[in-house]
Amino acid sequence: MSEENNREQGDAPVPDPKSEPVAEPQAELPAVEQPQAETPIANIPAAEQQQAEQPVAETPPPARRVETDEEKAARRKASLEAREAAKAAAAQAAGLAAQAGTEGRAVAKASGDSDGEGGGEEAPPREPSPNQPRLDRVAAILRELVSEDAVEEAYINEPNDHLPTLVVKNEFWLKSAELFRNHEELSCSYLRNVSGVDYETHMEVVYYPLNMDTRHCYCLKVRTSRDQPTVSSVTPIWETANWNEREIYDLLGIDFPGHPDLRRIMMPDDWVGHPLRKDYVPLDPEV
Amino acid sequence: MIRTEELLLNVGPQHPSTHGVFRIVVKLDGEVITEATPVMGYLHRGTEKLAENLNFTQIIPYTDRMDYVSAMTNNYVLCHAVEKMMGLEIPERAEFMRLIVMEMQRVASHLVWWGTYLLDIGAISPFLYAFSDRERILGMFNELCGARLTYNYMRVGGVKWDAPEGWIEKVKTFVKDMHYRLDEYHNLVSGNEIFLSRIKGIGKYDAKTAIDYGLSGANLRCTGVQWDLRKAEPYSLYDRFEFDVPVGKNGDCFDRYELRMEEIVQSLRILEQALEQFPGDGETMGKVPRVIRPPAGEIYVRIESPRGEIGCHIVSKGKAEPYRLKFRRPSFVNLQILPKLLVGESMTNLVTILGGIDIVLGEVDC
Repeated sequence: MSEENNREQGDAPVPDPKSEPVAEPQAELPAVEQPQAETPIANIPAAEQQQAEQPVAETPPPARRVETDEEKAARRKASLEAREAAKAAAAQAAGLAAQAGTEGRAVAKASGDSDGEGGGEEAPPREPSPNQPRLDRVAAILRELVSEDAVEEAYINEPNDHLPTLVVKNEFWLKSAELFRNHEELSCSYLRNVSGVDYETHMEVVYYPLNMDTRHCYCLKVRTSRDQPTVSSVTPIWETANWNEREIYDLLGIDFPGHPDLRRIMMPDDWVGHPLRKDYVPLDPEV
Repeated sequence: MIRTEELLLNVGPQHPSTHGVFRIVVKLDGEVITEATPVMGYLHRGTEKLAENLNFTQIIPYTDRMDYVSAMTNNYVLCHAVEKMMGLEIPERAEFMRLIVMEMQRVASHLVWWGTYLLDIGAISPFLYAFSDRERILGMFNELCGARLTYNYMRVGGVKWDAPEGWIEKVKTFVKDMHYRLDEYHNLVSGNEIFLSRIKGIGKYDAKTAIDYGLSGANLRCTGVQWDLRKAEPYSLYDRFEFDVPVGKNGDCFDRYELRMEEIVQSLRILEQALEQFPGDGETMGKVPRVIRPPAGEIYVRIESPRGEIGCHIVSKGKAEPYRLKFRRPSFVNLQILPKLLVGESMTNLVTILGGIDIVLGEVDC
């Protein structure tokens, strides 16, 4: 490893004097490619001796070395580029974070989104997401106004436009949902989507509330047990949850206490079982 | 003394004005609706369950059959979600093809709506006009991918077929013609006294209600909310083109009618620009692994379909099949407001209001 590094470092500053002496032995030796790779070693005569000994006996190993050197160089280039990209992204993120507090939040988010879609921000995974301040703020609000342990988990879903994602504790869900709807800073009046997921170890209901003015979207998850899946209904808060919750009840069997009219919606009323559950056994496997 | 009693009337599921197999049970006091209970599920095929045993390329044909009036946008939302998860690059020509077919599809979908809506209200000839123009679009789709309705055209990473020789010119001619046809439509219908008295002020709601019910598309915009995902959260190449998002202000059936007609004009505008900028050559498929395996994770992707926000929520465990696939179907969500709108309305307005929401039952039941 260290030898290779030395070679690489030596390679860059003085390319001309080396290439000249090598050009001559190349003409003599049939193995054309190998000498070039070996030249970077500091004392050239020694390298030439090695070459004179090696080419016939050990053709494959040097060839391999040539490849690794090239790869190394390519990798180094790539990492350099990545570092530069990271710097640029960090600068951008800092700019975004600075803007986040001001009126230009929506604009900042929009530009962050489009970058994320282009895949430009994927290179530096450790960089803080432009939405990190927003996530921290929301988690702080929930902890302060609902309960200290209302938030189970909070993370940024990077491939999904850096979507702030929070796992809310089941017993605090109704209060948290109200907060999302009514808190002046959040005021997510629009509920885009409600999904239910059966994770085999537990069930999860996923909500996507959205603030249409600031265009801030969140992903909220509520976990529940598989044996007695229960999640408070948010239909009194967002009317649109009504049929969505009915659908989840129908297909996954999650109970939504507080729902005005929890009936099956897709399957016939006398259907047995909940088809989207992972352990669902069809009545007639032939069908 | 006249004895009166409530009448329970069953509408559908087999009734042409329900646009599929939608059933609604209405309670009538004379001619006034006092209660309405939608009954759905007649077209439920368990797409989401089936998808759990299929790989992503195999799911694409299933999306065709959800909103079968706008299959291209459904294709797109699934492919887009997977591409985003995998971080794939889509060649520009492929993305242009997608955008062009999606906008053509929007025009076609609105034409179907226009024709059938007027048929619902009692005018027969507009239906024939609309379908003859829509037929031209379907013909071009047929030329492109060999199907008139269920295209299975898009793939993760691009599109399956490149535009055949002369196809782009054909679309250009169509776009030009369509402007004249739209004028004709307006002459034929938009000023008609009977038509206006049937839809003006009917099925009214305000912006707050619309947002609370999670409405999207023209159903939301008719209340004055400027919300079009092509502008609000741009995807594909929509940020490159100039177009307006028309909004209404009264939130009634007439506004929804006007909006959809205007949206056709805007789609034609996008098409004109896209056809002008269409790259002369290039790949139609990006570099895609042989087996499409999105990394473990979760994503929710949304686009603007002719009916509103269609979303795709994928939970992946790093396998070729999705662990869970959920579609947010605009028709399903938009339809929720129907019982609320119907209460207190005359029975004659049931079909007007239902048609105004613009639902496709394949999507409602999924």
